[in-house]
Amino acid sequence: MRERMAGVSHWWNAKSRPAQWGYMVPVVLFLLALPVLNPPIITTEPYTDFPISLFNAAVFALIAIGLNVVIGQAGLLDLGYVGFFAIGAYTAALLSSPDSELGVRYPWLVIVPIAMVVTMVSGVILGTPTLRLRGDYLAIVTLGFGEIVRLLADNVDPLRGNRGFQNIARPGGDFPDGTPIFSQTDALGFYWLAVMIIVIVLLFMGNLERSRVGRAWIAVREDEDAAELSGVPTYRFKIWAFAIGAAVGGLSGTLFAAQVGYVNNQRFDITTSTLYLAAVVLGGQGNKVGVILGAFLVSYIPDRFQFEPTYRFLIFGVALIVLMIFRPQGLLGMRQHLLANGRQAYQKLFGAGAAVAPSGLTPSSKARGDLPETVPDDHAGTSPRGGGE
Amino acid sequence: MPAPAGARRTRERVIPTSVLDLAVAHAAPLVVHAEPWINFDVGLLADRFWANTINGLAYGSVYALIALGYTLVYGVLQLINFAHSEIFVIGVFAVYLTFLGLGFEPGAIPNLPLAAIILDLILAGLVAMAVSGLAAVGLERVAYRPLRRRNAPRLAFLITAIGASFAIQQVIRIWRGSNPEGTIRLLPPSPVFTIFGAPITNLQIVIILASLAMFVVADQFVNRSRLGRGIRAVAQDPATATLMGVNRERVIMITFAVGGILAGVAALFYLMTIPQGAVYNGGFLLGIKAFTAAVLGGIGNLRGALLGGLILGVVENYGQSLFGGDWRDVVAFVLLVLILMFRPTGILGESLARSRA
Repeated sequence: MRERMAGVSHWWNAKSRPAQWGYMVPVVLFLLALPVLNPPIITTEPYTDFPISLFNAAVFALIAIGLNVVIGQAGLLDLGYVGFFAIGAYTAALLSSPDSELGVRYPWLVIVPIAMVVTMVSGVILGTPTLRLRGDYLAIVTLGFGEIVRLLADNVDPLRGNRGFQNIARPGGDFPDGTPIFSQTDALGFYWLAVMIIVIVLLFMGNLERSRVGRAWIAVREDEDAAELSGVPTYRFKIWAFAIGAAVGGLSGTLFAAQVGYVNNQRFDITTSTLYLAAVVLGGQGNKVGVILGAFLVSYIPDRFQFEPTYRFLIFGVALIVLMIFRPQGLLGMRQHLLANGRQAYQKLFGAGAAVAPSGLTPSSKARGDLPETVPDDHAGTSPRGGGE
Repeated sequence: MPAPAGARRTRERVIPTSVLDLAVAHAAPLVVHAEPWINFDVGLLADRFWANTINGLAYGSVYALIALGYTLVYGVLQLINFAHSEIFVIGVFAVYLTFLGLGFEPGAIPNLPLAAIILDLILAGLVAMAVSGLAAVGLERVAYRPLRRRNAPRLAFLITAIGASFAIQQVIRIWRGSNPEGTIRLLPPSPVFTIFGAPITNLQIVIILASLAMFVVADQFVNRSRLGRGIRAVAQDPATATLMGVNRERVIMITFAVGGILAGVAALFYLMTIPQGAVYNGGFLLGIKAFTAAVLGGIGNLRGALLGGLILGVVENYGQSLFGGDWRDVVAFVLLVLILMFRPTGILGESLARSRA
């Protein structure tokens, strides 16, 4: 399984960029057509409206992509990511709902950049004091942040607590037959929008990963001290990771708020945050395709098989444990290659043989999965200290 | 990142609310004057100062007992045992079911001699200690040991802990339902004497004193006993400790067991204070606060956990009086953020390993 995955990855990486596009365009088109085709076995229809289910999965995927920047790329465990989602949704609500005390009704397209800036700023505000912390401390502080955001939504009067905001702005536009493209009942338009946003965000993220920023993140993830000593301003890049991850979270929040048209304090608890984490970990941290797959599974499976929500969380809990024991790198986990000019260097290293077989060049790194490691390599097999240090 | 042109004009309108929220999150006391939805009631704080203090000490003792479990495990494995709060909840249910098993009915106030009630309480406490201790060891076996065998990275432990926390919570929920259990109050609180006009109840005295006693036992165990020396040795340097003949796996097991037992005691005191508190997700908030307490005092440091628990309990109560009841939890989380900002190693520093090594 693992070798086959690696094989696919090598095959893919050996393709030229236009060839990759040639493969991706039909895939995206197929995804766009999915709710219209409504294929018999895949559909969630008797239980859940299929376009809505797909839209929720797409929002989940967008969240997972954003969270992946923080966890998968930079190796910072953020347990309060739902806070950014909430800030995005609430920004949309405050700026467009008639219930808002601000008294403004901006269109959705204006709200999106504002919400992204607001969440970005909040990511920086959260990150500035906390990103000096390492690992576990950071996890607990972000958890606290997520709770604080939720409690503020509960307690602060202008945020309306349980009553929430109604009639949040959604994008305009009509189908030829006069029905609105973006509506609460028919999520088709919103699903298309979400898929297109995902594609754009993925392009952005892909370029970011291959840039200096992305390499700095990987360096921080792999060994923060070594990165710092090598001249990487780790603190600044960690804040960037937080800010960019937060902005994507805010974007997904506005998307969600626009589709549902209603925001109150009920959706932003830590359990939700843990589901996001589960999606990223399940799919494979650091692997964009992986986290999308993970998010899709986390969101789609309960819709398709109509689990009782109780069992959903139980299953995710057990799945997380089992996954960490048997496949800690996730379903599609792949160690990202730390190469300066990714593609060219990759092809030089692996040459034409790369497409045929994953050679033994990096067997140890492949076998250990792509979770950030704090254990130095020479400790790995011999020290009784184990991974818990 | 520059804001798009359309957004720039409007930012002045947006940022006040949203950034204000965050400002509140990070520095609640600074903005409270301006907003009506949050009190700033210094008078109430002064009025209830002593009542809050005593109450906070009693509640903080519960935090401290749970915090000891976090601190011990963290000291030995450098792992935030997220599932420790669920070990505590298991203890709460053990106490509750023991009460039921002893024939107490929810709602009714038992009409028994004091000695019988105390015996029942002790029995429930022992059951909770045993159940929580076993649950903690079982958790270690099922979830963490396989990871250690595989030399898993640190993040994997944390995610496993979160998964275990989820799973245990949901098992309890499926078993007992999502509504809190009925109220069984064995020992109704009654004022014994007053300090500066603040009544001190029998419950508060029992809980504070018994917690202190438990703490002293745990502290002596870690600092004086042979097994405790093993725990400190592994915390300090697992490789060397192993070479010196310390059985690391056994030490880890004992550490989890001690943490579980203390969580069981905490469960008894918790249910004595809040008899309606037996609910499947009741551990989450308490767990985070107990962890906050551990960090506050300096994680890995037993005395720090005690100090942190008491401080957190008291400060939370002051915050509740000052800002209003809804802000109690916010105060706790803001305290956590502030402490990690200014003193990441806590008040007494991280030092399970270094204390009297």
